[in-house]
Amino acid sequence: MKKSILIFIENNGESIQDVSLELLSKGNELKKKLDTELHAAIIGDNNTEFYGKLYAFGVDIIYSVNDGEFKEFKTLPYTKAMLKIIKESNPQIILYGATNIGRDLAPRIASSLKCGLTADCTDLRIGDFEYMKKTWRNLLYQIRPAWGGNIIATIVNPEMHPQMATVREGVMHMIEPDYSLKGKVVEVSVKLSDEEKKITILKKIIKEKTVDLKGANIIVSGGAGMGSKGNFSKMFEFAKLIKAEVGASRAAVDFGFISKDHQVGQTGTVVKPRVYFAFGISGAVQHRVGMENSGTIIAINSDPDAPIFDIAHIKIVGDINTMLPLMIKTYKEMGK
Amino acid sequence: MKIVVLVKQVPDTKNVPENAMKEDGTLNRQALEAIFNPEDLNALELALEIKDRYQAEVTVISMGPPNAKEILKDSLYRGADKVVLISDRKLAGSDTLATSIALAGAIRYCEPDFDIVICGRQAIDGDTAQVGPQIAEKLNIPQITYTINMDRIENNHIFVSRETDNGIEMVKGELPLLLTITKEANIPRLENIKFLMKYKRADIKENAKIKIPILGLNEIGIEEDMVGLNGSPTKVKNIESVVITKKYIKNYSPDEKGVFALFEDLVKKHLVE
Repeated sequence: MKKSILIFIENNGESIQDVSLELLSKGNELKKKLDTELHAAIIGDNNTEFYGKLYAFGVDIIYSVNDGEFKEFKTLPYTKAMLKIIKESNPQIILYGATNIGRDLAPRIASSLKCGLTADCTDLRIGDFEYMKKTWRNLLYQIRPAWGGNIIATIVNPEMHPQMATVREGVMHMIEPDYSLKGKVVEVSVKLSDEEKKITILKKIIKEKTVDLKGANIIVSGGAGMGSKGNFSKMFEFAKLIKAEVGASRAAVDFGFISKDHQVGQTGTVVKPRVYFAFGISGAVQHRVGMENSGTIIAINSDPDAPIFDIAHIKIVGDINTMLPLMIKTYKEMGK
Repeated sequence: MKIVVLVKQVPDTKNVPENAMKEDGTLNRQALEAIFNPEDLNALELALEIKDRYQAEVTVISMGPPNAKEILKDSLYRGADKVVLISDRKLAGSDTLATSIALAGAIRYCEPDFDIVICGRQAIDGDTAQVGPQIAEKLNIPQITYTINMDRIENNHIFVSRETDNGIEMVKGELPLLLTITKEANIPRLENIKFLMKYKRADIKENAKIKIPILGLNEIGIEEDMVGLNGSPTKVKNIESVVITKKYIKNYSPDEKGVFALFEDLVKKHLVE
């Protein structure tokens, strides 16, 4: 039997995170290419709720640690559970969402298994690798931006398997679930020792998401060129008019013009709206990887040579301080 | 209390000067300035805050080329008690796993009785956030990642807040443990003039007045084949510099007429209501 593909299913007891479903979708493609099985690792205390959905996303075997001790994510208990599941599933590839949870858990597991791990992948492919006159077939190409997004690196892990990667939310296309599919469940039990209980969660504060960049049809985004918080409040006004969400580049967030939940890019949210307005955004690669798949990109910048114009569909060379009020005024005058 | 802070010297990927862009639109990496990794400064600041409140000895360790002594001197200027540079050609090409082996070895060698290891969440060259948790695993201690605030230390436990995917979590952890810190955690203090005067001549040179210890693999007891390219499970298959591809582009003038035409087009295409 060929070694499996295992996906870590992130859930909060009520729902499965989108990124996990995106990874299952990609897992289906990899499973066909590698002619193997797709496995899911789910840890929590309400897992049975999700089995139907996991089958619908093409999972052949679910490995489930379903126990009150695992209601909340904690590094050491989850690491122990995953290590046990990995032993049973025997995967060649393990994928995690590049969320705070995935980026906390995956390196701990990688260190324990002494295997490789690539962070924040934006693409995964299968291919061969030649090194020192040796060839490895059907390795996982783990593709990610580095150096602030100025380079794109393809990483492979030829020998010390499993091949593990965390993958950015929003980059993999989600398939349509097929609820006629069926698979099986393997219950896995894990006993925790005192050593694994040295961290206690005292209190959780859930912040309601006020920004929904992923679901937005139109995004109005600002960069360092916005120059001030004041211009951002004008942008919120414009966004409200045209029913858009407000985004921002990392530079704008770093300058303190706007909070981090608005950030679009490699270290923010990856978005694909129908229309993306880029106000005063120079177009660093870190930002571009987060928005370049938008339908229509409208860039407004005072610098005619700004790199953002190289990926924009519509170009306006102009000063934000005059353009933003002008756009608000014109839109209003059009009787909108 | 003994605190170890891990710091890295990184290329300043956020501020790419114009002369760093080559004619083909790719980046000349050598042209970037070497700086103190921003979130490692937050890690150092947290250690110094703990030192101010509870009395602690702060040891700063960095792995890198000899030039990384600059950020160690900077650490001394800000209030660190001890600094150590781990530098060895055999470390070149280490991935995150190999790096964690070397740094865990360095911590065991330099400060085996540590109470807290503090690192920045991630470095701006790789942005992986993997080395901290991998070191914690190697040292067999718990980790608290994405720490945004330290409330107190009491009865051998630390109380901190950490950022989760949907909010904030307050946690209590038994020492010893490892923390990774985000830039929201604090505002790093500046160099102190007193320490600047005191450590101005600190160097890695043999004859330096104040010697910054520089250790190789032999000293920290790590086998050569566990680090560097050989000890790294991941290999870089290839690197592409990002070159921007031109799309078709439509110009609108930056005046009332242009903006009106733009909206008219967007409405016609049902892109904007």
